Amino acid sequence: MSIKTTETAPGRLRSGPSGIVWAVIAAVGAVCWTVLALHRGEDVSALWILFAALSSYAIAYRFYSRFIAYTVLKVDDSRATPAERLQNGVDFDLTDRRVLFGHHFAAIAGAGPLVGPVLAAQMGYLPGTIWIIVGVIFAGAVQDMTVMFFSMRRNGKSLGQMIREEIGVAGGIAALIAVFTIMIILLAVLALVVVNALAESPWGVFSIALTIPIALFMGFYGRYLRPGRIMEVSLIGVAMLLLAIIGGGYVEQLGLESALTLSKEQLTFALAAYGFVASVLPVWMLLTPRDYLSTFMKIGVIVLLAIGLVLAAPSLQTEALTQFGKDGTGPVFAGELFPFVFITIACGALSGFHALISSGTTPKMLAKESHVRMIGYGGMLMESFVAISALIAACVIDPGLYFAMNSPAGATGGDPTAASEFVAQLGFVITPDQLTGAAAAVEEASLISRTGGAPTLAFGISQVFTEAFGGDLAAFWYHFAIMFEALFILTAVDAGTRVGRFMLQDTIGNVWPKFGDVSWRPAAWSASAVVVGLWGYFLYVGVTDPLGGINQLFPLFGISNQLLAAIALTLVVTLFLKHGLTKWVWVPGIALAWDLIVTMTASWQKVFSDNPKIGYFKQRSVYNDAADNGEVLAPATSLDQMDQIITNSTVNGVLQILFATLTLVVLISAIPIWVKAVRQGSLPTQEVPKVESKIVAPQDFFATKEEKEAVKAWEAEQRELADSPAGRGGD
Amino acid sequence: MKLTERLHGLRRLLREATGEAKWDDYLAQCRVDGTVPVSRRAFERHRAHVGGNGPQRCC
Repeated sequence: MSIKTTETAPGRLRSGPSGIVWAVIAAVGAVCWTVLALHRGEDVSALWILFAALSSYAIAYRFYSRFIAYTVLKVDDSRATPAERLQNGVDFDLTDRRVLFGHHFAAIAGAGPLVGPVLAAQMGYLPGTIWIIVGVIFAGAVQDMTVMFFSMRRNGKSLGQMIREEIGVAGGIAALIAVFTIMIILLAVLALVVVNALAESPWGVFSIALTIPIALFMGFYGRYLRPGRIMEVSLIGVAMLLLAIIGGGYVEQLGLESALTLSKEQLTFALAAYGFVASVLPVWMLLTPRDYLSTFMKIGVIVLLAIGLVLAAPSLQTEALTQFGKDGTGPVFAGELFPFVFITIACGALSGFHALISSGTTPKMLAKESHVRMIGYGGMLMESFVAISALIAACVIDPGLYFAMNSPAGATGGDPTAASEFVAQLGFVITPDQLTGAAAAVEEASLISRTGGAPTLAFGISQVFTEAFGGDLAAFWYHFAIMFEALFILTAVDAGTRVGRFMLQDTIGNVWPKFGDVSWRPAAWSASAVVVGLWGYFLYVGVTDPLGGINQLFPLFGISNQLLAAIALTLVVTLFLKHGLTKWVWVPGIALAWDLIVTMTASWQKVFSDNPKIGYFKQRSVYNDAADNGEVLAPATSLDQMDQIITNSTVNGVLQILFATLTLVVLISAIPIWVKAVRQGSLPTQEVPKVESKIVAPQDFFATKEEKEAVKAWEAEQRELADSPAGRGGD
Repeated sequence: MKLTERLHGLRRLLREATGEAKWDDYLAQCRVDGTVPVSRRAFERHRAHVGGNGPQRCC
């Protein structure tokens, strides 16, 4: 006989913090939000943002996610999960909920939540703060959790498979193309952030380049020297990584300075070569060890950042809402607060890419249905916290420096005097000496027009850590931050290239089966080359763009990521209606409606706006007309650059139309199913029928006393069964 | 719960997170079944061979 988990009635408080504690948390949240909304004095502490976020997360997790899990989705812990039914120790693998939380978080969180908020800081701290917190609670975390739930109920099927089976073939094909092309843009933009962070920075190049031999060493150590000792080799790897960061400070003494001072073009080729090699090498050699390094750094840095922020308690230097938030004329990215704050900050508030992870490995590892709440919703709240920390780090920097760092080179002219004048035009003050001094403090040649967000975040983190932990370590902390951002991104670039390669092989394999064989070298190599070639092209375009690559490509990335979220939420709404959950359809419905309003407005503006800074095609026609008359428009400096701008705007505009169309195809294919499902009350779905669960596990982060006892009793019973001869024969 | 028990639990969690617990489980299973375990090298090689397609990473 098996023991079931202790069922808890929805809404009832389990043993744990009492009602009074929740009232206090709510009061803290209310005070923090009020201060943020109303305080317009000299000094606003960043801790108000931090605690507004933490208390909001706590309340949302305790009440809203619980409501979604038990009242709406009716998670059923007596129902065996795919991991329990299909356990094979490889992809279907019962995993402890806390361990899976770590795995899932490491898979969803990368550089995205670090970069977006930094760029959005040009509009002030308030718009970003509100969107990150409200967005995650009502959209991002809801998407991650519900997609995970529905995938779990379908043996861990992928987003694309579910769309094909539940919405239709047209929607499925549109989703497949969308996922692939959006991934290409994502990889290109992330790679662009790394290139911008490492260009002309020998220290950074030194440390990052060393991560490759370190990872290779770890790979060989774990395979030949001491097989399987992951913890041991990871600690060795992290120690070597820290030495690599410190060693970077001595590049000059080592005589490597000029050899490691690389241009953006050189870095682009280096990254493409790296992506290709990583995609075709066996995973144990490079990918897996890099991933360990990246995960250890990720957890370490986030903990350090939280402690650092509390200890330093820095004041926010930017206004709550800047002039650019009101009129949309900021130099970092073009466009008004609505819709552009909501697409600039994607990861951390709502990220469609998470739907791929939530319908990938994680649902195949869940031990209990109720864990979708802790892992899906809770994991996304954690990512949101990373985004909030990044926003704070960007808002504690002097605004003059912020704009000097984040405005495109065409605007700042790239030298301190011109940059100082440009920043003065924006209404901020920073002297050329201050600009040179700031760069010298972190031992960089220059900080002017170091766009992409990574250097700004690194500078902010370095400032916070220096204040929190003391010492004269600003340069170390800056490069430490650059290192972990680059490490996250390279992990996404190598893993992403590999995933893209598999998608391509799989798709082409439908018509030419041999090509689908992932171990057939000609296919593996050519598919990898195609994927690298595609993102490499956009990376190169971004690097050489006279208008500045980040401000051109980042909106495309943000919009596409959120369009992917719209596709995922369309699926969730469809499944709600098919399952007869019509009454609760507003749960994913408000997220979908808001996301569609934001992405379609942004897409419309990027395609049709009369403002050449926003509309890709208007931009094209302005530069085209000028080029026809033989004129050269700033910031272009030659007719060649004019042609470059014309080509780039056309490509970007076409892609923008493609992404929006693909999303609409999925939406339009879903609507007839919605109508039919509402009329009939429900429709048959591909959900796997219930099988009774035989395992016992607690529901949430902390097990209750009853849960602990139930687990103990069950474990004792299992031991007894295993020891008895009858219990052994069955397996 | 005693401190040693807690530490043991924490060690187990960390080993589960890195996948090293698979080896512990295998040894325990061999003890129960009374079979001689293969070498760690062979075990890890087999695990790497069947272990899917590497990490999944997002933005």
